[in-house]
Amino acid sequence: MRIPISALIGMFFTAAFFLAAIFAPLIAPFGMAEIVGGVWDPASGTHWFGTDAIGRDLLSRMIYGGQTTIFVASAATMLSFTLGSVLGFSAAVAGGWVDQGLSRMVDLVMAIPALILALVILSVLPVTLTVLILVMGLLDATRVFRLARAVAVDITVMDYVEAARLRGEGWAWIIFREILPNALSPLVAELGLRFIFAVLFISTLSFLGLGVQPPLADWGGIVKENSSGLVYGIPAALIPAFAIAVLAISVNMVADWVLSRTTSLKGGRG
Amino acid sequence: MSDALLQIRNLRIEATSYPPGEPPRDVVLVDDVSVSVEKGRVLGLIGESGAGKSTIGLSSMAYGRGGVRLTGGTILLNGRDIRLADARALRALRGREVTYVAQSAAAAFNPAIRLMDQVIEACLAHGVMPRAEAEARAVMLFGKLGLPDPENFGKRYPHQVSGGQLQRAMTAMALCPKPDLVVFDEPTTALDVTTQIEVLAAIKDAIRETGVAALYITHDLAVVAQVADDILVLRHGKRIEHGTTEQIITAPGEPYTQALVSVRSIDHVEKADAPAVLQIQNVTARYRGTHFDVLKNITMDLPAGQTLAVVGESGSGKSTLARVITGLLPPSQGRIRFAGRELAPALAARTRDDLREVQMIYQMADTAMNPRQTVGTIIGRPLEFYFGLRGEAKRKRIQELLDQIEMSKGFIDRYPAELSGGQKQRVCIARALAAKPKLIICDEVTSALDPLVADGILKLLLALQAAEGVAYLFITHDLATVRAIADRIAVMYRGEVRRYGQKTDVLTPPFDDYTDLLLSSVPEMKMGWLEGVLDSRRMEAAGN
Repeated sequence: MRIPISALIGMFFTAAFFLAAIFAPLIAPFGMAEIVGGVWDPASGTHWFGTDAIGRDLLSRMIYGGQTTIFVASAATMLSFTLGSVLGFSAAVAGGWVDQGLSRMVDLVMAIPALILALVILSVLPVTLTVLILVMGLLDATRVFRLARAVAVDITVMDYVEAARLRGEGWAWIIFREILPNALSPLVAELGLRFIFAVLFISTLSFLGLGVQPPLADWGGIVKENSSGLVYGIPAALIPAFAIAVLAISVNMVADWVLSRTTSLKGGRG
Repeated sequence: MSDALLQIRNLRIEATSYPPGEPPRDVVLVDDVSVSVEKGRVLGLIGESGAGKSTIGLSSMAYGRGGVRLTGGTILLNGRDIRLADARALRALRGREVTYVAQSAAAAFNPAIRLMDQVIEACLAHGVMPRAEAEARAVMLFGKLGLPDPENFGKRYPHQVSGGQLQRAMTAMALCPKPDLVVFDEPTTALDVTTQIEVLAAIKDAIRETGVAALYITHDLAVVAQVADDILVLRHGKRIEHGTTEQIITAPGEPYTQALVSVRSIDHVEKADAPAVLQIQNVTARYRGTHFDVLKNITMDLPAGQTLAVVGESGSGKSTLARVITGLLPPSQGRIRFAGRELAPALAARTRDDLREVQMIYQMADTAMNPRQTVGTIIGRPLEFYFGLRGEAKRKRIQELLDQIEMSKGFIDRYPAELSGGQKQRVCIARALAAKPKLIICDEVTSALDPLVADGILKLLLALQAAEGVAYLFITHDLATVRAIADRIAVMYRGEVRRYGQKTDVLTPPFDDYTDLLLSSVPEMKMGWLEGVLDSRRMEAAGN
């Protein structure tokens, strides 16, 4: 099978970001919170991206920051998908009151803007990585729920699901063996998109000061720490912004390809 | 041949196919087919799905459906080659010289526009006649086609008339601009038999009275025999046989045509009475949230190892009966006894043996199998689920079942998308058989299949019944199928049983009115059948 060039580019950058995140301590030339130079030193042989507002190596901050951002976003996405799709499928299979109850609850949560809800919750709870992941995962799960339920409702009316019911199969078989494999392609495409939204969300929270707390690095936090430098023509805040953009685009290129590949298995119709 | 209105010579049609995981390749849909239609004559195009009937039909207006290319040959319409004509010439021709009647009128009409405006649209667009004249012509056509209240019929919206009426309205639309040629693409296939006969008669009269030439596309030889003067038999995009209707029906030359003509001739002798495996007693049922009984006081028995055919038109409650027996729809009254015990009304309350012994086969094998499971998984799951078979034992039993449905072991790792329509239905039969059931409910299992393939499935079902002693509840609207397979018959109409008994009793006069109508509406493969039926109905009506 031939992989389109856009997917290859996307895979290359996605892999590069994830590898850099996993092996951060090995790759980063300096420590995360180590002060190694002056305030906003320009780029040089020792500091490829220069130094930040208090003299830390920006490249090292970026690598460690990527680790935090990608970890939190991945964990939140995983949580939202597990929760959202299992609940969404259950609602579609069970129907009736279960469906009504879950769907209306999700509507209720979605009626409040996610960022505002997150800010309120985080201003009450202690801001740790676990709490961040839980809050982001739960809020995002509502969107996954909607998609999973919509996809599954179409599948539950198929004769093979009825055949499984008539056979006497339990919920677990119907959800995981009959529905999930057929719902996978839209979900995978959504996974890429949701992951990117999670990256943006955690960056937003950190930028607003309610996300990852200093001295721990993350991309949104680095933008915040260096944003005042923009006034003096110092580009340090743009580097994490650029990194976020590249990650978003490359993950989407991969998701796009996965979507077209899985749908062609079903006979080419999306 | 100066009279030839449409002359297609050596037509070649190609399309590009995109098989998953492989590079795209060109496939030939129609290869070296020549067709000629003279003024005022009707040519029947007949063949199975994929034979290229519709593709050829559409080529008569130089049209190819998405991705289809007319790559060779000539299409002469009124003496000029239109295959390579430019868009402007084609626009002048389509809907003016050649018009088209699609299979599904319900999908072809715009639901938001009144019928009259749609029927006369082509007339106005081509400037054939002014609006007043076009409307008068449409009303005249409505009348000829036997539509009720022709003056006001056009004021209705598509959803306000029945399927058969809509199909006739579409015929009026095609005839309105006084075309030279009309292409009928399976115009009666989606209709019930009792409606089909009316539409068929209306189309035939309209063709005769307007003197238009027609291409009549269908897969049903018995239908085309009533309408066409000549018949062209197609298979896999190639011409098999061409001749007059009489010659094709009475003396088919090619083996394939002979098979098509003799397709409905399975001989099945009904079995002697036996103790009942399934007893449906006074069952009444309605869907939740409605106030209408879909089934009214149904009572019938199915002897063990025999076949009970439930016949009726769409909306008669046949499929609802299947839902009640399987427990998907608990009846509001009545009981169902199965193998000497009473079945719980609701699915959730039934034991695993209850579930195992009643199996179901569906009309659309496509949607009855999970596209992400292999044939091995599909057939193997009931074995695993009911009998706890694993590993080698399971694989062995799957192979036995594949043998029984006359498929080779190589199919075990294939996905449903890699099977043909008939093979899919066979796998569904094997899945039902895997549970070792006492009763299999067959819901229109052959109606989505081509006649020869359907024939094979019916023979397989009969052979399996003889070998396994399983009883069938056979739901169908096709009386030819019933004659081929049933021991008992129940005729249903609007949720009631109109007639019930042994096959010979049910199919022997005297009939009640509905059964008579139903039986006499099934097209027979002989010329003049349509006129004969209509004449005898007229005489009966006059006699009453």
